[in-house]
Amino acid sequence: MSDPTSPEGTPARGVSRRGALGMAALAAAGTAAGFGAGRATAARVDDPSSQTYAFRGEHQAGITTPVQQHLYFASLDMTAGADRDDLISLLQDWTEAAEQLMAGREVGDTGAVDGSPLAPPDDTGEALGLGPHRLTLTFGLGPSLFDREGDPFGIADRRPEALTPLPLFAFDLLEEPISGGDLCIQACADDPQVVVHAIRNLSRMAFGRAQVRWTRLGYGRTSRTSAQQQTPRNLFGFKDGTANILSDDAEALDRWVWADDGWMAGGSYLVARTIQMTIESWDRTRLEEQELVVGRSKGEGAPLSGGTEMTEPDFEMQSSTGDFALPATSHVRLAHPDQNDGVQLLRRGYNYVDGNNDLGQITAGLFFLSFQRDPAQFVQVQSSLKTDALNEYIRHVGSALYAVPPGVRPGEHIAQGLFDA
Amino acid sequence: MNRTASQWAIPLVVTGALALTGCVENDDASATAIAVTSTADECQVETATATSGPVRFEVENTGDDVTEFYVLADDGLRIIGEVENIAAGSSRDLTVQLQPGDYFTVCKPGMVGEGVGQADFSVSGDELEASESDQAATDEAVASYTAYTKTQVAELVTGTKAFTDAYRAGNDDEARRLFPLARINYERVEPTAGNFGDLDPKIDYRKPGAEAEGLEFTGFHRIEMDLWIDEARVNYPGEDIQPLDQAGRAAVADQLDADIQSLYDQVHADDFELTVDDITNGAIGLLDEIAAPDGKLPGEENEFAHTDLYDFLANVEGAEVAYGTVRDIAAGKGQDGEDLVAELDEQFAAMKALLATYGSYDAGFVSYATVDQTARNALGAQLNALSEPLSQLTFTVLGVDPGE
Repeated sequence: MSDPTSPEGTPARGVSRRGALGMAALAAAGTAAGFGAGRATAARVDDPSSQTYAFRGEHQAGITTPVQQHLYFASLDMTAGADRDDLISLLQDWTEAAEQLMAGREVGDTGAVDGSPLAPPDDTGEALGLGPHRLTLTFGLGPSLFDREGDPFGIADRRPEALTPLPLFAFDLLEEPISGGDLCIQACADDPQVVVHAIRNLSRMAFGRAQVRWTRLGYGRTSRTSAQQQTPRNLFGFKDGTANILSDDAEALDRWVWADDGWMAGGSYLVARTIQMTIESWDRTRLEEQELVVGRSKGEGAPLSGGTEMTEPDFEMQSSTGDFALPATSHVRLAHPDQNDGVQLLRRGYNYVDGNNDLGQITAGLFFLSFQRDPAQFVQVQSSLKTDALNEYIRHVGSALYAVPPGVRPGEHIAQGLFDA
Repeated sequence: MNRTASQWAIPLVVTGALALTGCVENDDASATAIAVTSTADECQVETATATSGPVRFEVENTGDDVTEFYVLADDGLRIIGEVENIAAGSSRDLTVQLQPGDYFTVCKPGMVGEGVGQADFSVSGDELEASESDQAATDEAVASYTAYTKTQVAELVTGTKAFTDAYRAGNDDEARRLFPLARINYERVEPTAGNFGDLDPKIDYRKPGAEAEGLEFTGFHRIEMDLWIDEARVNYPGEDIQPLDQAGRAAVADQLDADIQSLYDQVHADDFELTVDDITNGAIGLLDEIAAPDGKLPGEENEFAHTDLYDFLANVEGAEVAYGTVRDIAAGKGQDGEDLVAELDEQFAAMKALLATYGSYDAGFVSYATVDQTARNALGAQLNALSEPLSQLTFTVLGVDPGE
């Protein structure tokens, strides 16, 4: 099998089976030329399904990468009795497999169908025939990994100061089984089967070392990280993420997204919040009220102070009744950087639907994901939302925080800097 | 517990399947001879030690029943060698090639039940070199596992009878105590029993399974429902579950005894054959039984008695015995084989150690209803850690050339 990092490597069998010839070589060329997470390598411009991102680089992919349409997110716990060697070997195995997966290849030496008929296949096979669909895999480490009794991983003294569990916020209704976790994998791609395949294979190879704690399937990105992308809508029917940090804003990225503390330099901190929406109540709310709650018009997405979607909100403007045009309790006002000492987050959330409850209400909401240089940024913004009128229609039911290590350099494995003295 | 290779080595039955059937007198003149006397309630072995190499047990049956003699591995489960059908007043020899390590000897007058006079037997000396062909090793593994299956089903006959007797007699406390214990032998060889199409549903179907297939609900779990009827009424609140009267009890008890006897007859039939992939895939199947949605891990197997941890351990033991019979074959398959064996040794030990924190057959296991979700997740995590490498066993044993 050819080496995916070799520019002259011939396409591997798995790749040609998926009809994405030359992809691995092109992805590797992207690495050699100086990797930028936002740069897709198009093998064929007419076939977006074959686009790949390089796994290795300065930063992990899946942060500033133009947001893909689908997400599968997994939080895992190290199993009882796992030690430092288990953790390192897991990160090594994940590194190897992530590189294969992001290149659109099958995992393992023999893939899905080329192994012995007497053995279970290395790859589970459901992505055969699908392209990589811009798959990115982003790995993170939770505070509990550093906290474990007896420090079995020998990393307690390497815990970044910023990696402190989030405080409890007003209106939090957190459920422990869908909160926290020692490790996370964020898989994003433009095809749902591709993201499920990635998480399934990565969690399978973790058996005996780590075990899934919770997962979340997301669809329909609710933010944009590129000026070329349209602002999508969340399940309230409103445009979301208009004021996000964009991938070409190097200054904002350095100031608000990339960490610079020790071994985490070049990494970031990821907050994951499962925000359940009581959509039945919301849908009974008159349009005028919905817009006052959010602070934007539902159609255009313009701030209620006027203009179009991209017009900056005018927080001082008053309506004819003498109230603020953007009410003091509106979501846009409270979340805006101007109201939070300029603090910004890089948001990368997805809608989710997860069956229904016993009352026949659809379990749906926003799987909020934000990357920031310091979790304190999230804490500040979320604290400001205490009086948010939107709180009547949402409950935060899941919460997790992870240190997302810097990009993986050639010859290294995920989070190698954590273990290097 | 760390098992060394020597403890686990498959001691080689010199004359293979022939020795096991006891059809041929062994003529290995170099073998150490040890006299064994099997009586109605004793199993006297002349000496409890030997030097590694061929050992010939000369078994004399001085009892009134037909008897059997076994050499067991240090787990007391895996069969190193056996000689069957020793008629009253007659003698037969069993010659086995023994590696250094700890063993047990045991006789089984009447050829059912747990046997009598189980005693330690230890072998010292040098490790023997296995110079056999793959085929011979495979044949021996099959012979050993086939004998194990027969023994387990034989013990199942007596264990079940004790359970049904208590139940028929209305001794419900005793029947409740015996219920999980009687099932151990069944759970150890469950995939094999499952091969006999209509028997497993009669013996071991759960209530929803039987009803979904329109079968009469019989077997262990029918009696379980009657013995834990309050739990049954909680689990099925919409149903009018009434206790069985004496005739009803006798009917389900007799039926279970008859079905177990039928299983015994089938595995002791002349045409009963297992293959090496029955062994390796059976081991995987046993662990799948634990993790299944209606299995032990979710607590559905014994939904009234909550004795799932007994079944859990029995499934693991059965898988470990199956693995043990092919362990040396796998270990001989190059570095990958050695790595797999090392991993499986570790994970089997870890699985049993974790289960031991909940009790034992002798001391009793805690009710599975008291094992919370976090603890069940930990059991599941360890089961996954064991199941993943075990899923490679068939390929390693059958699909890799030795020395690769």
